[in-house]
Amino acid sequence: MDFEYTPSEENFRQEVRQFLDENLPAAGNRSADFMDTWLNKVRDKRWVGFSWPTSVGGGGGSIMEQVILKEEMSARKAPPLGTCMMGLAWVGPGIIQYGTEQQKQRFIPDILDSKYHWCTGYSEPNVGSDLAALQCKASRDGDDYVINGTKIWTSLAPFASWIFMLVRTENFGKTENKHDGITALLVDLSTQGIEIKPIENMAGQKVFAQIFFDNVRVPMENRLGDEGNGWAVTISSLANERSSIGEVTGLYTKLEKLTDLLSNSRWNGQAAIDSKKNRRTLARFEAKIEAMRLNGLRYLTQQIKGEPLSSETSVNKLHRAELEVEMGDFAVETLGQAGLQLRGQEAVVGTGYWAADSLNWPTVVIGGGTPNIQKNIIAERILNLPKD
Amino acid sequence: MNFGFTQEQELLRVQVRRFLDDNCTLAEVRRIMETSQGYDQVQWRRMADLGWLGLIIDTEFDGVGLNWVDLVVILEEMGRSLYPAPYLSTMLFCSALNDVADGPTKKAILPGIARGEIKGSLALFDQPGDPHIDNISLEADDTSDGLFLQGSKPFVHDCGSVNYYLVAYRQAGSLYLVLLDADDEGLKQSHSPTMDLTKRTGSLSLDNIEISNAARFAVDEKQLQRLFDVGAVGIAAEMIGAAESVLAMTTKYAQDRTQFGHAIGKYQGVKHRLAEMYVDIESFKSLVYYAAWTITESQEELARSASLAKAYASDAFATIGIDGVQLHGAIGFTQEYDIQLFLKRSKWSRANYGNADFHYEKIIKQRLSQ
Ligand SMILES: Cc1cc2nc3c(=O)[nH]c(=O)nc-3n(C[C@H](O)[C@H](O)[C@H](O)COP(=O)(O)OP(=O)(O)OC[C@H]3O[C@@H](n4cnc5c(N)ncnc54)[C@H](O)[C@@H]3O)c2cc1C
Repeated sequence: MDFEYTPSEENFRQEVRQFLDENLPAAGNRSADFMDTWLNKVRDKRWVGFSWPTSVGGGGGSIMEQVILKEEMSARKAPPLGTCMMGLAWVGPGIIQYGTEQQKQRFIPDILDSKYHWCTGYSEPNVGSDLAALQCKASRDGDDYVINGTKIWTSLAPFASWIFMLVRTENFGKTENKHDGITALLVDLSTQGIEIKPIENMAGQKVFAQIFFDNVRVPMENRLGDEGNGWAVTISSLANERSSIGEVTGLYTKLEKLTDLLSNSRWNGQAAIDSKKNRRTLARFEAKIEAMRLNGLRYLTQQIKGEPLSSETSVNKLHRAELEVEMGDFAVETLGQAGLQLRGQEAVVGTGYWAADSLNWPTVVIGGGTPNIQKNIIAERILNLPKD
Repeated sequence: MNFGFTQEQELLRVQVRRFLDDNCTLAEVRRIMETSQGYDQVQWRRMADLGWLGLIIDTEFDGVGLNWVDLVVILEEMGRSLYPAPYLSTMLFCSALNDVADGPTKKAILPGIARGEIKGSLALFDQPGDPHIDNISLEADDTSDGLFLQGSKPFVHDCGSVNYYLVAYRQAGSLYLVLLDADDEGLKQSHSPTMDLTKRTGSLSLDNIEISNAARFAVDEKQLQRLFDVGAVGIAAEMIGAAESVLAMTTKYAQDRTQFGHAIGKYQGVKHRLAEMYVDIESFKSLVYYAAWTITESQEELARSASLAKAYASDAFATIGIDGVQLHGAIGFTQEYDIQLFLKRSKWSRANYGNADFHYEKIIKQRLSQ
């Protein structure tokens, strides 16, 4: 056990720090065109797509270098290394692994340059947790696929130009072998026959949408991987989900905010931070966050040693889901009536941060697979209990 | 960066596992825990030969010269088997001597521990249930004939099975640890069994025991705090193995036991609870490993990391112990079935070296004083 870095890793850390000293102005001090400059500079450093092979324009960073980059960026609360979130997170890795040469040349540079947004079409009105049961249909017609059906809860769809989606090309309406016959397609959202209807969430934002496909023609060359092999494409793209480093830093920042809030609030005639229950709650959050940090390092070590992970990442997902719900709710409870006000109201505390926070947890808790599903994964894949 | 065990440590684990599987099935645990000494002398000798007793003793004192990360491997496996022996007590005793004793004392005691001839235990607090430094209230009588101790220490681990005790007392506002021989005339060791018979417990009564200058060591609050934190990590390490046993036994039962036409492990009320146990054990395991690393490598982090580990482990294992029994149904309630032994261990582990409330309060104090 050691927590030392090699000299070359230390050098890399210094390089990142120096870059941040020179190129990251304090949060209040950023000019209007800061983001453009920032994106160009991190792109020049090849820190966008840092884990991707250099042959496709990525950075070819080692696992430890990726960790260091993320640690330093999140410690300084740096903006993301690109705005094309889903492209960088899994569409790009999916294309790198399964795409044709022509697809790589066409899509990867644009993702690295954050030219436009990608979105992800998995869920349908009748298909959520049981993703493999999806029914949105694509049939072959000459050199095209023709899509009919609908996708829903598609995050970023109102702003995106392309969608990475799963359709069914075989095994319609069957429950056995439902994982077969799924195909992954890359679809231009400006294609005729596509309609996008934004949906407002309970926090008042319109970030996700329902998408309707009416005889939408997609050229065969936009299929990712083999026909019928979409399930494998999806599973391995999702396996590119990042370690929890950025999240842990974010949660520690939130914990600091929460500690300040408790120190400055009153409860039953005393400072809220003097209540035994509140103290225990805060400390319990701290233990969970630290456990997430250390779980992440332990799993990372396994990866570096080349030992394949099973479904261990579900452990931190469950912690994070719980913390996202509980921390915001605890703050709102502590603040009493004032904690209920959103941005712009009279007695609003901060900028309504906690009120908004307490309404936004579904993004994490439902969006990435619900806690029940994570528990099924652990029980079935790690503990070998029967499937339900 | 490597947050994992070395190959040597993994081999040590295999060795310990084999030893315990061969020598200490749960039937054997039940036999040993009922004996008058509460451990097996022949096995103790073999552990000395294997180098486990001198594991954290410097080579200068005939030990192996390893550290707490290595020791965690052994403790985890002993916890998995509920192995009854004064092992953790003796290791904490060792660790305390290492920290506070002078050269001659170390020379006189530590090689004997490594050889398996000497066992020891700590007797720190005066009242049960409050492992706070203010709860060391035993005062030495300062007379013209010398310094004397009169009083008692309750709930001393492995009381009656060890040869030496380090007893905490105060004199003129300062804290000391005094090394007492179990054969000392004024020392009475009584056995006061708790529900967990695998952890032998008793009281020490001290009847006008003269304190020799050569055997007493001044300790400051920081040193005492460290002893205490190390103890919390040691117990938490045993808790990992014990909790994993509960998970393994209960998972097996859920795969085998059929109700309503299916293995009960198919029902989410059962399988989700088992998944939650897995999440908690994984998490306090990470916290314990890191805390063990801070004992030698990052002392300034020890207080926080030990408390995070013991707090998380105490709450989690207590619930795991209860649910392990509950998920077995009525058979889990029987004396004959082994799962209940682990429930009892979970309660013992929580009560010793600070429960979750105690450690969470320590954590929040530190957070607020930053
Ligand atoms: C903010 C947000 C963003 C999203 N973004 C996208 C996106 O970009 N693209 C996309 O395709 N989808 C997206 N989703 C959809 C998301 O993937 C689904 O909501 C999720 O998979 C759950 O499906 P569902 O909503 O249909 O709920 P259901 O699957 O119907 O589940 C309803 C409830 O039943 C429980 N449940 C279901 N099955 C089981 C079971 N076997 N055992 C026990 N409990 C069960 C669930 O835990 C849940 O509590 C997003 C969702 C949210 C909230």
